[in-house]
Amino acid sequence: MEKKMEEYAIIDDYLCIRMPGEVDHHGAASIRECADRLILDDKVKNIVFDFENTTFMDSSGLGIIIGRYRKISCFGGKVYAINTSERIGRLLKASGMSAIIEILT
Amino acid sequence: MENEHITKHGKQYTENDFCIEFDAISENEGLARVVIAAFIARVDPTLDEVEDVKTAVSEAVTNAIIHGYGEQGGRVVMRAHLTATNELSVDIIDQGVGIADVEQAMQPLYTSAAANERSGMGFSFMEAFMDRLEVESSIGEGTIVHMWKSFGVAEQDLVPILQAAVWNSSGRV
Repeated sequence: MEKKMEEYAIIDDYLCIRMPGEVDHHGAASIRECADRLILDDKVKNIVFDFENTTFMDSSGLGIIIGRYRKISCFGGKVYAINTSERIGRLLKASGMSAIIEILT
Repeated sequence: MENEHITKHGKQYTENDFCIEFDAISENEGLARVVIAAFIARVDPTLDEVEDVKTAVSEAVTNAIIHGYGEQGGRVVMRAHLTATNELSVDIIDQGVGIADVEQAMQPLYTSAAANERSGMGFSFMEAFMDRLEVESSIGEGTIVHMWKSFGVAEQDLVPILQAAVWNSSGRV
């Protein structure tokens, strides 16, 4: 279950998560666990999901984002999605995610 | 090509059908996506159409694994059919616990697995990405998700379909 640490980087108070090629329920649990451990350990304030390598995402991806958003938003943190493909950007916007996160394509 | 006949009405194909059964474990979500993508290749779908079908199948198989079998394992059946005019139907079948109230389960944002951080958007995604969705379920017997899609038709705009999902500061309205 251990994820390679180069997929997670902490820069200032931002946790950057490099999302896998396919974001589905299968990979969701380990992303959740790793991210939450880092959020606790390092007092991360904001989270950046980097979708550069992601070609597939189903609604499990929304669950990951919403869950992390809940954890940090009560402390004033922000969530960003960066390097989204046209399709994933559209999917995030169409599911109302742009109300709670900033989507940078 | 053997399964392709040109008529004055355009290409006609042989009807095609497959059925596979696999363990209800999460790594098979990817398997189901690859299999359905390969099956529809003859339609020469757009990249978006392939992703639409893969996403809908992924949602239905994930539901079977998480909700049907409660992540305790079981068997999932995927059955698909292409007509001579390349209309696709896909069924995802489990013999799990079944859904007590299908209408409620299909509401956007409804989830029975909030602790598992499910978004409650699975059925909304299936509806948005396929032309038609029907769900049959009975308690203790399982669930069948039927989905249909035609290809080469103008893409529907996703925005109005999924706009029902509005998120507030607690994440869920």
